[in-house]
Amino acid sequence: MASRCAEDVHDETSLYDEFATMTTRIMVKKYTEEHEWIEMDEGGKIGTMGITEYAAKALGDVVYVELPEVGMECNKGDTIGAVESVKSASDIMSPVSGKIVESNEALSDKPATINKGPEAEGWFAKIEVQDQSELEGLMSKEEYDAFEKD
Amino acid sequence: MPPTRGIQNALKSTIRATRQQIRQPEGLKAPTRGVCTCSVIPTPSKTHQAEVRPFVHQQKLPTRVVPQKRCASTSTTELKHTPLYAVHKEAGAKTGPFAGYDMPLEYPDQSHPESHRWTRENASLFDVSHMVQHKLSGPLAEEFLMTITPSSINTLQKHHSSLSCLLEESGGIIDDTVITRLGRESFYFVTNAGCRETDLAFIKAQMKKFLEAKGISKSNKDENIKWHVLNCHSLVALQGPKAQEVLQKLIFNDTEEQTYSPDLSTLSFGESRWLQFTLPDGMNTPSLLISRTGYTGEDGFEISIPPENGDSTNLATAISKAMVDDGSVVRWAGLAARDSLRLEAGMCLYGHDISTETTPPMAALGWIVGKDRRSESAALVFNGQKTILQQLTSPKSMTERRVGFLVEKGPAAREGAQIVDPDKDNEVIGRITSGCPAPSMDGQNIAMGLIKNGYHKSGTKVGIKVRKSVRKAEVSRMPFIPSKFYRPDNKDKDQKEMKNNTEK
Repeated sequence: MASRCAEDVHDETSLYDEFATMTTRIMVKKYTEEHEWIEMDEGGKIGTMGITEYAAKALGDVVYVELPEVGMECNKGDTIGAVESVKSASDIMSPVSGKIVESNEALSDKPATINKGPEAEGWFAKIEVQDQSELEGLMSKEEYDAFEKD
Repeated sequence: MPPTRGIQNALKSTIRATRQQIRQPEGLKAPTRGVCTCSVIPTPSKTHQAEVRPFVHQQKLPTRVVPQKRCASTSTTELKHTPLYAVHKEAGAKTGPFAGYDMPLEYPDQSHPESHRWTRENASLFDVSHMVQHKLSGPLAEEFLMTITPSSINTLQKHHSSLSCLLEESGGIIDDTVITRLGRESFYFVTNAGCRETDLAFIKAQMKKFLEAKGISKSNKDENIKWHVLNCHSLVALQGPKAQEVLQKLIFNDTEEQTYSPDLSTLSFGESRWLQFTLPDGMNTPSLLISRTGYTGEDGFEISIPPENGDSTNLATAISKAMVDDGSVVRWAGLAARDSLRLEAGMCLYGHDISTETTPPMAALGWIVGKDRRSESAALVFNGQKTILQQLTSPKSMTERRVGFLVEKGPAAREGAQIVDPDKDNEVIGRITSGCPAPSMDGQNIAMGLIKNGYHKSGTKVGIKVRKSVRKAEVSRMPFIPSKFYRPDNKDKDQKEMKNNTEK
């Protein structure tokens, strides 16, 4: 019979709390009214962001992507780059305040990647989030889907 | 299209279009069409080889009560539909507002760049029924046209057309148009949908002034000049290298009696012909005015489709479906492709590249001024003549000129972007009026804009402000890609008409 070693014993309440917090962090993507999404990593500090399926579809074939510079600091709502189709250019606004830690350089060579997987391999940039509470104000997938249908 | 702030703004038109789609219940019929009292373009009499006998085809209201409405829906809040709207919806087109119409922008089978390239490699069909078709006839029609345009209408041959501009008295362009002579005293011309209200008001006012100056009273007006807006007609444009072969298959070869040759290979760019189609079901259409012209730089035809009982829907639908067929050669194309095609061809879009702020010489359209209209002492004066002739004799007197640009790789230069002189601390020297990455030029960024005189020569290096950076660009000739206008005798004498004369 396996015996529980001392380190394995956890207070049940704290285990639940930790689980609950983890779920809040790694949870589903959050969305903005500007048709952008952000998904936090397991550590809860870095968020990957991009444009939504709906936006990518409406834009059409993306021909050029202007990526933010790594190290760039921005506030929520600041323009950090742009996505262009033949017909028009759209600014990308940062959904949260923070510092850009990575840009998806693959989009420079293959901007069409955004159309293939706007919410996956077509991610735009990664940001170190300054203020976690800003995430609370964003929409969940259900809220965004409802918003987008309006 | 102007640069957008955020995707939300860019999508607004899509959201609006989708909303309208959702709210309309299934089976909603098109607005009841009243019986049209506009005159149809007269079909040529088969027994007369000479000029077309103009006639007015007045239809009486049937005994059942039918509301007298214009053929397009008249609500000011709703978007209008062309007669082919149902066909576009059936094809799954993504539509959006343009000039008060809900127009097809793209179709689901091809992306915008794909549709653009398909046009240059095969053929595309565009519904341009939103554009305004006019008929002008009578003994004074020619003279009237020569007062509101700088063109040599008097030397325009029958069944020939010419690009022209309606001019306001200052010489500024009210609208650009293609005018076709149908007969000795009969003309057909097409103007932009976006200028409908201003054009109609302009023509009405100018006509009144013209007749008053001649002492012609209102009661005698119709004897001298008759003007009809063909609200019930449709207009489609078939463009691309395969356009002729597709159209030829549909042309009815009347072996018994042939007024006009059914052989399209003898129809040149800038010429028109009345021809009938034989539809797949074996029925012949009435004679249709087919013009070898277009807005893409490719070979192609524009086909004017008349109404039957006040409505051209059935005929336009049958003709379009016969051309598109299984989509293996001809495919539907929307306004998105139309815009990038015309830009590559160096063609202007009214309200963007040309406006009342530009005269034809400023717009690099000085060539439309008839050669024999350039004398100060010419008998017939056109609107803005003094200003325009002065600009033609001394181009340096123009403050700004329309030119093309090739922009370095990166973000495209778009309407509204400032043009700067990199050698003068980026001083503003002009503005971009149209621009996009060119789908037939491997994504090369191209643009059109108005630039200060002195900077207008091809090869001049400039900067263009795009968002935070200044992009490198140079002034370029237009068209950006070679035009493929069809001339059976292979003379390129008119090719220079399309070239941007930037060297003066």
